[in-house]
Amino acid sequence: MRAFSYARAETPQAAAQAAEAPGTKFIAGGTNLLDLMKLDIEQPSRLIDLGPLDLRAVTDTPDGGLHVGALVTNTDLAAHPRVKADYAVLTRAIVAGASGQIRNKATTGGNLLQRARCPYFYDTNLPCNKRDPGSGCAALRGLSRTLAVVGTSDACIAQHPSDMAVALRVLDATVNTLKPDGTPRALTLDEFYRLPEDTPHLETTLEPGELITGVTLPPPVGGTHVYRKVRDRASYAFALVSVAAIVNGPDVRVAFGGVAPRPWRVRDAERAAAQASGEARADTLIDRAFEGARPTEQNAFKVPLLRRTVRAVLAQAAQEEQA
Amino acid sequence: MSEAVPARLPVTLTVNGAAHTLTVDPRVTLLDALRETLHLTGTKKGCDHGQCGACTVLLDGQRVLSCLTLAVMHDGQAVTTVEGLGTPEQLHPLQDAFIRHDGYQCGYCTPGQLCSSVGTLDEIARGVPSHVTAHLDDVTFSAEELRERLSGNICRCAAYPNIIAAVMDVHAGEGA
Ligand SMILES: Cc1cc2nc3c(=O)[nH]c(=O)nc-3n(C[C@H](O)[C@H](O)[C@H](O)COP(=O)(O)OP(=O)(O)OC[C@H]3O[C@@H](n4cnc5c(N)ncnc54)[C@H](O)[C@@H]3O)c2cc1C
Ligand code: SF4
Ligand code: FES
Ligand code: FES
Repeated sequence: MRAFSYARAETPQAAAQAAEAPGTKFIAGGTNLLDLMKLDIEQPSRLIDLGPLDLRAVTDTPDGGLHVGALVTNTDLAAHPRVKADYAVLTRAIVAGASGQIRNKATTGGNLLQRARCPYFYDTNLPCNKRDPGSGCAALRGLSRTLAVVGTSDACIAQHPSDMAVALRVLDATVNTLKPDGTPRALTLDEFYRLPEDTPHLETTLEPGELITGVTLPPPVGGTHVYRKVRDRASYAFALVSVAAIVNGPDVRVAFGGVAPRPWRVRDAERAAAQASGEARADTLIDRAFEGARPTEQNAFKVPLLRRTVRAVLAQAAQEEQA
Repeated sequence: MSEAVPARLPVTLTVNGAAHTLTVDPRVTLLDALRETLHLTGTKKGCDHGQCGACTVLLDGQRVLSCLTLAVMHDGQAVTTVEGLGTPEQLHPLQDAFIRHDGYQCGYCTPGQLCSSVGTLDEIARGVPSHVTAHLDDVTFSAEELRERLSGNICRCAAYPNIIAAVMDVHAGEGA
């Protein structure tokens, strides 16, 4: 690991100000950043440890929603009584990710900002526009089986690996931040995550130093919550594809994971699916949401796999609604 | 170009009940501080990248991976390693059960399996749900729950069935 200087954060704003300097990074749980620093993929010269900040609370908001502090661990969020009762898709998505040990350390803010799991991003001997802008993308003609099928560009086809973020997308969560000058912002996940276009190294719209202070969930929408993750092993593996769904009679909200550079959700597809019935609901949803898909030969299986996964999810939701 | 060596920083950790103040390079992981500085070599380094679970310890009572966290991040916190679970004269019930059930072969993964099992039993008792929990409000102990929850601890010798039997045994004893 390269040398870096280390400082503990004192207040959110002081942390944001300190992190504005080039080469500075925040560290929360450390479960992604330290892995990447050991591999020389991330090379910060200064770390600001967010540990001392008071951002560990889950609190009710005045409108009946929930605010989750950026340092709430994945375990504590998944086990929170209100999350289990009102936002079950979030609990289900979190416990489908990583291992118990990692979830005990991983934080809400860090999970949103975990980096790509593309094999070439991890291999510093090969070109990768995300790791080394302008060097090229080894995945386009390489091992792309796990990578994205939609929202990609000629510069990068990596998928976003977070499960939690897929559930947050279907729940219409917003990310709360604090800029170094003290200005707070609230961003929807679509505003927060950028698509790769020709700058895949820029993954979010966060400005230098900007700190995630938490995530806000709108009031609960009821319905049946399902998170279905399809992967190479039964547990402890990233998603090939995943589906987060909230089903309320004919209304269905669906976000997809493992298939795009950010959690993928298409409102038009949901509206069209609400008009359809039976098997046609899943087909309509997939056809519309993946209209612009550009899979590679190796990951073309993902679209039919999603179609079957959505059928299974809708069947499960119908069963649970009856029960 | 030579890199400047970062300033060493003081950090106080309570390890297996005893307070230690160390002065460490900020790059030192909790795992390396335990093994190289405190010479507690029970905690094992497998992958060093969060993938195998060999380095699992309890941090303020919760199981975490000591390879993916820095020692300086834990000033004032309590760490329990396999050395702190029991003694050769008075084994922790899980250590005893692992021996009786042949829960290891080479033993390399065992310290991590033991610390992870202690954390897992506590998580189930506290009602923390897992991927296989059918009803989120009703977390109950089962072999299926154990298999899922211990899936982050890899055993190259594949002692899994005996590990599960050992932990089941301890839970049965505790429940009685
Ligand atoms: C073996 C393994 C398997 C995994 N499997 C899965 C899986 O199946 N599904 C899944 O979703 N995830 C998985 N993960 C990823 C894991 O969920 C992430 O590593 C974790 O969520 C990151 O959180 P952290 O707090 O440790 O982040 P850190 O490593 O501390 O930080 C990650 C990034 O976020 C930045 N950051 C952190 N907090 C803030 C903040 N408040 N404001 C601004 N920036 C911030 C840091 O600067 C850094 O760039 C896996 C990880 C491992 C090692
Ligand atoms: S897909 Fe993206 S992350 Fe993977 S090699 Fe290409 S540029 Fe890098
Ligand atoms: S050594 Fe820490 S998980 Fe493998
Ligand atoms: S007993 Fe050998 S690795 Fe588990």
